[in-house]
Amino acid sequence: MELKANIPEGPLAEKWDNYRGKMDLVAPNNKRRLDVIVVGTGLAGASAAATLGELGYNVKAFTFHDSPRRAHSIAAQGGINAAKNYQNDGDSVHRLFYDTIKGGDYRSREANVHRLAECSREIIDQAVAQGVPFAREYGGLLTNRSFGGVQVSRTFYARGQTGQQLLIGAYQSLSRQIGKGQVEMYNRHEMLDLVKIDGKARGIITRNLLTGEITRHAAHCVVLATGGYGNVFYLSTNAMGCNVSAAWRAVKKGALMANPCFTQIHPTCIPVSGEYQSKLTLMSESLRNDGRVWVPKTVEDAQAIRDGKKTGLDIAEADRDYYLERRYPAFGNLVPRDVASRAAKIATDENKGIVKTGLGVFLDFAAAIERYGKGEALSQNIDNPSKEKITELGEGVIKAKYGNLFQMYEKITGENPYKYPMKIYPAVHYTMGGIWVDYNLQTNVPGLFALGEANFSDHGANRLGASALMQGLADGYFVIPYTIGQFLADEIRTPKISTDTPEFEAAEKATKERISGLLSVNGNQSVESFHRRLGKIMWEYCGMSRNAEGLKKGRAMIQELRKEFASDLYVPGSKDEYNPELEKAMRVEDFIDLGELMMVDALERNESCGGHFREEYKSPEGEAMRNDEDYTYVAAWGWDENNMPVLNKEDLVFNNVELKTRSYK
Amino acid sequence: MKLTLKVWRQKNNNTKGHFESYAVEADEHMSFLEMLDVLNETLIAQKKVPVVFDHDCREGICGACSLVINGRPHGPQVGTTACQLHMRSYKDGDTITVEPFRARSFPVIKDLAVDRSSFDKIIQAGGYVSINTGQAPDGNAIPIEKDQASDAFDSATCIGCGACVAACPNGSAMLFTAAKVNHLEKLPQGKVEHQMRVKNMVKQMDKEGFGKCSNVGACEVECPKEISTKNIADMNRYYFAAVFGGQS
Repeated sequence: MELKANIPEGPLAEKWDNYRGKMDLVAPNNKRRLDVIVVGTGLAGASAAATLGELGYNVKAFTFHDSPRRAHSIAAQGGINAAKNYQNDGDSVHRLFYDTIKGGDYRSREANVHRLAECSREIIDQAVAQGVPFAREYGGLLTNRSFGGVQVSRTFYARGQTGQQLLIGAYQSLSRQIGKGQVEMYNRHEMLDLVKIDGKARGIITRNLLTGEITRHAAHCVVLATGGYGNVFYLSTNAMGCNVSAAWRAVKKGALMANPCFTQIHPTCIPVSGEYQSKLTLMSESLRNDGRVWVPKTVEDAQAIRDGKKTGLDIAEADRDYYLERRYPAFGNLVPRDVASRAAKIATDENKGIVKTGLGVFLDFAAAIERYGKGEALSQNIDNPSKEKITELGEGVIKAKYGNLFQMYEKITGENPYKYPMKIYPAVHYTMGGIWVDYNLQTNVPGLFALGEANFSDHGANRLGASALMQGLADGYFVIPYTIGQFLADEIRTPKISTDTPEFEAAEKATKERISGLLSVNGNQSVESFHRRLGKIMWEYCGMSRNAEGLKKGRAMIQELRKEFASDLYVPGSKDEYNPELEKAMRVEDFIDLGELMMVDALERNESCGGHFREEYKSPEGEAMRNDEDYTYVAAWGWDENNMPVLNKEDLVFNNVELKTRSYK
Repeated sequence: MKLTLKVWRQKNNNTKGHFESYAVEADEHMSFLEMLDVLNETLIAQKKVPVVFDHDCREGICGACSLVINGRPHGPQVGTTACQLHMRSYKDGDTITVEPFRARSFPVIKDLAVDRSSFDKIIQAGGYVSINTGQAPDGNAIPIEKDQASDAFDSATCIGCGACVAACPNGSAMLFTAAKVNHLEKLPQGKVEHQMRVKNMVKQMDKEGFGKCSNVGACEVECPKEISTKNIADMNRYYFAAVFGGQS
């Protein structure tokens, strides 16, 4: 299959502006006659549904949650990037573009990324206008902080709850459209299949999660904004409901899953405490602005801490290995996530971990507390402040910056992070891979679009911190409302799509059979137990560090798991009621397929880049080694009826950046 | 630790519910919901129907979890959601009662899950700023005093869980509505349509069947985000100013 990115002509910095000036528009009177389905109402979905509704399209929005405000975008903590250069420190659209391409290890599309950097500024304006309470300086203007992988302060934030406030802004705009009747909102409805008519995406099949009712919904086009697939690892920072199902059903109907092995492991999450662990909790990357990562220099000290005989406070400065500062002087603790995560794994592989399971390192705020305390004492004109006073003032500053994060840590671990250094460890967090889309965010299926974390486009092999919020809102507010017009301009003569067609009937029938099938297996093992096992296979063989033998083994184990799932699954209850076990069964079934594809993708890509680290391809110092000559392409996979992957390649052409070794030293 | 759980079971909104007792073994590092997961795995292994409860983020920010634990929405700790509650708050031999949020405007769906769509309706009635995408001035065009922005945040931090309604003997949604009204009232961007907003949101809140506020204050105690009843007092002022002194 030939993959056309449909990138407009012209110089990089002018493409988007020129394109918008020339693109096909849909007149207001025609917009009223066009129906759009938006699946998923997180940042990307809510902003898209709200904006398309404001423009006059008839929008039907769907979420499996009880309200759009529950989307997992709500949990994003640290901030959102924008190239405003309010801090006068060298930022610009070009620099944000370049940082993102480099951070992605040169595996993303230049034109998409430049557009993202351009749109970033308007996002801040939009959010402020909606009432998002970003942090401000004393002069009343917006303040910024730094994030990993960059040397400028371009991140806007609202304490440690930036995702919450941005989502609530989009949810409010969406609520306004719902109140006006411009958007019809279907809460507690899960998309279980995509419907294509004459090759175009014309609707979906949904299940009402409360009653079990299966319904057909038709539209002129379908927009998927259904988030990432991190839960294929079972343990991740994702919410319990996050899943790949809507995207995967689209893949089974002909869409493509691009670079699925590009998964991001976030370096600072609260370590696992037991087998019953249901998810991992993120500690925002913004903490690395002030926290210093370290492990004891000796294995003996580390063992003493693991055994509870010593705490982090008992290790003298000289006996600490601040390994990120040591290995990467230029970026120190703010190296990008993949670099920081692998460095933590190396430290714990050397047996220097500081939690019982061995999988934990310190994130220490003592130096920052002292620094801020002294600064505060100075501005408050306190002469010769005591150590206690400095600590008290410093803790106050830390609380104002990160308050809720420290509170969250204490609730979960029972330890006081103002006193003892925080314990953290890498955990699955974000998925750069996703549905393949062109410059219009349209998939290879005409009329099917994908936004936000659900698509693959802008982050390459590694996403920079504070960019996910930026991408979701860029796609939803400022890209899709324009580019969807390119498709819909050809549909103004198309009457309302009817649900009374053979294609809808077939999809509905298949969905009902699938549900009956899962309920009738009547085996002995719960969905959760299969999900946990899948997660362990994925983490072991397709996690932070991968190799050919492990990937082949992992794939075979997943194929076995699939057979066992089909023959020994037990789903309690019935289909005509609120049945979370049935919902989970369908989601895990799709995760099993995706997991296998990820093993295949990781095996096919014989290089190390970003979050994809192949042990066979590393530099003498243990850093990722790309193979630009052979692998500068997007691997866009199809999945045929026999569960066989089919590879399609989109070559990536870099005209505006030079492909360098990604160094943060 | 060995615990006895008394859990509310209710098949659907048309069936009467009842308490059922279960024995559970928990670890102090487990979260409350992980303990319920363990209970459910046991029930499933016995081919019984597991307990249904709403949950998602398990980190105190999405507002999905809605349990009343030993009579208190979200359990005993200050500023903590049920999903953030950990079993180190309990000891061996404890009995824990687990119920859904109880309020007329939150009908029970099944077991511990309730319908909170009334909250969305209140926001749809005016909890927004009426601007379209693409019209906004530069983010720094309106300076906002640092503490004022922080104050607005303290109201904006509401997670829409409904614990305030569950805690209130009248089943009032004043804290929820007031939090949103205050968030937007305290920012210049929201000030433009503030009179229409407070009138419309209060009207919708009443339409949804919530009870009236009689200054009990239980809402503030149970709110996992520690939102203050000052929001209610302030909203009352805005409301009266809008109704009696404002433009039509």
